[in-house]
Amino acid sequence: MIGSLGQPLLFLLAMGYGLNSVFQQAGQGSYLNFLSPGIIAMGIIFTAIFSGMEVIWDRQFGFLKETLAAPISRFNIMIGRTLGGATVATMQGILVLLLSLIFGFRPVSWFAIIPAIGVMFLIAILFTSLGTMIASLLEDMQGFHLIMNFLVMPIFFLSGALFPLQGLPKALLIIVRLDPLSYGIDALRIILINVGHYGLGTDITILGGVTLIFLWLGSHFFKKIQI
Amino acid sequence: MNTIIEVKNLTKKFGDIIAVDNISFNVEKGEIFAFLGPNGAGKSTTIKMLTTLLKPSSGSMILNGNDPVKHPDATRRSFGIVFQDPSLDDDLTAWENMEIHGVLYDVKSNVLKQKIEELLKYVDLWNRKDSFVREFSGGMKRRLEIARGLLHLPKIIFLDEPTLGLDPQTRNHIWAYLRDLNNNDGTTVFFTTHYMEEADKIAQRIAIIDHGKIIAIGTTETLKKQTNTTSLEEAFLAFTGSTIREETVTSTDRLRNMHKMWRKR
Repeated sequence: MIGSLGQPLLFLLAMGYGLNSVFQQAGQGSYLNFLSPGIIAMGIIFTAIFSGMEVIWDRQFGFLKETLAAPISRFNIMIGRTLGGATVATMQGILVLLLSLIFGFRPVSWFAIIPAIGVMFLIAILFTSLGTMIASLLEDMQGFHLIMNFLVMPIFFLSGALFPLQGLPKALLIIVRLDPLSYGIDALRIILINVGHYGLGTDITILGGVTLIFLWLGSHFFKKIQI
Repeated sequence: MNTIIEVKNLTKKFGDIIAVDNISFNVEKGEIFAFLGPNGAGKSTTIKMLTTLLKPSSGSMILNGNDPVKHPDATRRSFGIVFQDPSLDDDLTAWENMEIHGVLYDVKSNVLKQKIEELLKYVDLWNRKDSFVREFSGGMKRRLEIARGLLHLPKIIFLDEPTLGLDPQTRNHIWAYLRDLNNNDGTTVFFTTHYMEEADKIAQRIAIIDHGKIIAIGTTETLKKQTNTTSLEEAFLAFTGSTIREETVTSTDRLRNMHKMWRKR
């Protein structure tokens, strides 16, 4: 647990403090405040994808195999796993939130944390389902690094977690709009620091819709697992 | 009609590879039946089809009156399975692993506690009931899985290479449990192995399987008579030939190697 907090910690410290003066000079306010929702999301998505990916391992050597031979429907197993993984990922997100509070992050209001946790859970479900879907298609761990570097990292870096969406060049803006995480982070920002780009309604709708699609896809491929 | 497993013309193809080639056999209720064959013969694939984990390409199976393809859940309640690789939750205790199995199989809670105690004592793990499974040796994990597989009182217990990689004492214990089960409760035992002595000592009837085909079925005596040999091993070699086989490494083997590297013992 402490190990997995390392990366968010580094980001908050290095970039939060490091880029703060640059950000403020550009007239955008505290970079730490701006950055924190993105780093919270980072904590969530890496934990969520990993727990989804554990399916590859688990189905041969772990408890998952026992559940596949038990008299329960694959759908129930998948939902149970996804909710469990998403809960752990959300708790990771909350830990990062606490960390960022220690570093000086201040949300607009303390009550905002409650809806923020709701959005964090939604993001967690999306990425756990995505991880489960990918893991159901892969046969061994060799694809794992490929997925992490060519899928998860781009999703994170191109989501506006680290930079504001105003004034981006057109090409980049299109890519960011296609990234479901950008809506999640935007929602978190609107709730926590009242800085947004798309609008909360749009964010929740798109985030919720994409999450449902990935839940469906995840369970579809999970059902097809043959050991 | 005392047949509890009936398999007819069962085939499984993976693309162009025929892993199980048109096999047919019956297992009687209360029998100890073994599939004896080298690695890659199709033993694990057959067990996976019988236990609803793989869909056959063609053929039919009936387990305790149920069709695993059409009625997987009813079939699953009739058997327990001990896999070749452990399928326990390392982060839970022995007791908790048993308990979760009970919940998954709808074992009534008043019966559950008593049954867990009885089975853990049976496999000599009662004093470790609150230890985390991650601390268990391979033999202890196997014994726990046997206890777990029996929790829901299945009619059949499947074991895929039950004593692979275990020390002689544990192997003997496991054989004793299996014989015991069969004598006392009349549970049908179906196991796969490539160990001659295991098949010879424990099984009542053996099916020799190679390259996906059943080459011979019978008691050790019958097989020796058929080949005019004096030991099961000689009979086996007579049936399957003594050249060394080509083996291909599957992704499961790679994962298994990784697992060996990363686990505690």
